[in-house]
Amino acid sequence: MKTDTFWRHATLWPALVLFALLTILPLIKLLALSFHDVEWINREAVWDWVGLANYARLPQDNLLRAGALNTLIFAVVAVALQMLIGFILALLTTRVVRGRVFYRTVFILPILVPGIIIGAIWKLMYSYDFGVLNSLLLWLGLAPQDWLGNPDLALLSVIVVDVWHWTPFCFLLLLAGLESLPDDIFEAAKIDGASRWQQLRHITLPLMLPTIAVTFVFRMILAFKVFDEIYLLTGGGPGTSTEVISFTIYRRFFTEDQTGYGAAMSIAVIAVIAAGIIAATRATAGKGAKA
Amino acid sequence: MTHATDTHTALTAPRRRRFTASERQVSVIRHLVLMSFALVVLFPFFWIVSAAFKTQIDLLMGKVLFTPNLDGFLDVIFDKTSDFARNFANSMVIGLISTFLVLVIATLAAFSLYRLQWPAWVLHSLLGWSVIFHMVPPITLAGAWFTMFRSVGLDNSYTGIILAHTTLHLPMALWMMGVFVRDVPKELVEAAQIDGAKVPQILWHVVLPIVRPGLAATGILTFIFSWNEFPVVLVLSQRQTATVPLGIGKYAQENTIAFTEMAAASTLSILPAFLLLLFAQRFIVRGLTSGAVK
Repeated sequence: MKTDTFWRHATLWPALVLFALLTILPLIKLLALSFHDVEWINREAVWDWVGLANYARLPQDNLLRAGALNTLIFAVVAVALQMLIGFILALLTTRVVRGRVFYRTVFILPILVPGIIIGAIWKLMYSYDFGVLNSLLLWLGLAPQDWLGNPDLALLSVIVVDVWHWTPFCFLLLLAGLESLPDDIFEAAKIDGASRWQQLRHITLPLMLPTIAVTFVFRMILAFKVFDEIYLLTGGGPGTSTEVISFTIYRRFFTEDQTGYGAAMSIAVIAVIAAGIIAATRATAGKGAKA
Repeated sequence: MTHATDTHTALTAPRRRRFTASERQVSVIRHLVLMSFALVVLFPFFWIVSAAFKTQIDLLMGKVLFTPNLDGFLDVIFDKTSDFARNFANSMVIGLISTFLVLVIATLAAFSLYRLQWPAWVLHSLLGWSVIFHMVPPITLAGAWFTMFRSVGLDNSYTGIILAHTTLHLPMALWMMGVFVRDVPKELVEAAQIDGAKVPQILWHVVLPIVRPGLAATGILTFIFSWNEFPVVLVLSQRQTATVPLGIGKYAQENTIAFTEMAAASTLSILPAFLLLLFAQRFIVRGLTSGAVK
C-alpha cells in the first residue's frame, strides 16, 4: 500500500520544525555563545571571541562544584528515600479495596501542584518564628530549629520536602506493580514453606525489578532538574549549602549576565546528560542481546 | 502483613472464623497505615489553606484557632497592587494555547511515525532526540531561547512563551500519543486507504475517535504542567506576561513576606489542578501510567 508522500511529510514536519527551531538551533546558539564573551549594549549583543576560556573556567568554579555535588546528594538521597518508603508502604497495603479512589486522589495531588507552591507551603511550615514544625518542637519542649537558615540543616530540609512531594507517586507506581504480580507463584512458595522474607527476597524483588527501575529512572531525571522548590525555599543558600546545578546556571547566565560562561556551563551539563543516556541505552541494549 | 493467611486454616469451620477475624485485623492495620500516610500528605495542604483564611497577625502568632477571614483572598484578587488576576489569565492563555498546539503537533507526528511507514532511523532519531531533550534541565536551553527571542523581538511576548512551552511538553505528548496511536489497528488504516480515503479523512474519521481518551489524558497533563512550569517563564517573561508561579515566587522574595497573600494565591492556583483531579481523574491516571510506566 503506497502512502501519500505529501501527507506523510505534512504530518511529521510540524514536530520536526519545532524541534529544529527550538532545540537544535538553540543548541548551536549555545555552542557559539560558549566560545565568546557576550555583552549587551542597547539590546545588541556584542560578541568577543575567547576560544575555550569559558570551558577552562568550569573546573575552577566553586559554585558549580557545590551545585554539582549538592544535586548529586539531593537526587540520590531523596530518590532512595522515596523508593524505600514507597515500597515498604506498598508492601504493607496491597489489596486494600475500600477507599481506593480517595487514597489515589490524595496521593496524586502533590505531583499536580506547581513546584513553586510546594515551596511556598513548606516555607510557611519551616518558618523559624511561626512555622508549625517549630511550634511542635516547642510544645514537645525541644529547641526550635532554623530549618532553612542553618547551613547544616538546609539541604536536609529541602530533601524532606522532595520526599514528601514524591513518595506518594512512587508508592502508587510500586503498588500497581505489586498488585499485578501473579498470585499463584506466592501460593506455590508458601506450600514449599518459603518464609515471608524469602518470598520478598526471591520472588517479589526480582519480579518487581522492571517497575522499580522505571520508577527510579523517572524520579532521577526529575530530581536532577530540581529548581522551583529550591528557588522559593532557600535560593541556593545559606552560602552554597543548597546550591543545585540548575540554579548555578541560572545565576551565572541571568543574574550575573555572564552569557558566554553560562552557555558553556549549559553545554557541559547537556553533554554529560546525553553521554549518560547513550551509555545507559548501550548497556541495557547489550544486556538484552546477551539474554 | 500481606500473606498472613494460611491456606490450611480456611478448611474447617471454627478456624474459618479465626481466619476472617485475623484478616479483618490485617485490613484494619492496612487502613491505618494508608490513613496516616494520607494525613501526612494532606496536612501541608490543609495548613496553607487555613493560613489563607488567617489574618497576618493570627498567622504570625501561630494561632491554631482563629476566626476565618477573607482579606487575604480579597487582597490577592482585587487589590490594585496585586497582579494575581492578570497572572491567572496569562497562565490560562499560555496553558490553553500551548496545550492545543502540543496536541495537534504530537498527534500528527505520532500517527505519521507509527502508521505511515517511515524508515526506522527516522523514528528512532526523533524519539531519541526527544528523550534527551526531555532529560536536560529546561534552564540550559532557556538561556538560548532568551537570546534568540530577544534578537527577533519575541522576548517578554506570549508567542515566545507559548512556543517554549509547546516545545518543552512535546516530548511527553509525543511519547503518550505514540502509545495511544498504536491502539489504532493498522488494518483499519489500510482498509481506509484502499477505499480511497486521504490522510486528513483517516485522521478525522478513523484515528480521532479511537485516540480521543488519549487526547484528553495528554491534554490535561500538558495543561497542568504548563500551568506549573517555572524556570522558563522566570527567564522569558516580565510583568505583563508573568504566570501564576512567577507571581507566587514574587511574594516570597519581598523583604517582608506577605504570608497571608502568598497562602491565598497558592490556594487559588492549586484549584485548576484540584478540580481536574476530582472530575477528570481517570484521564489523569491513564496519562500518568502511559507516560511513566509504559
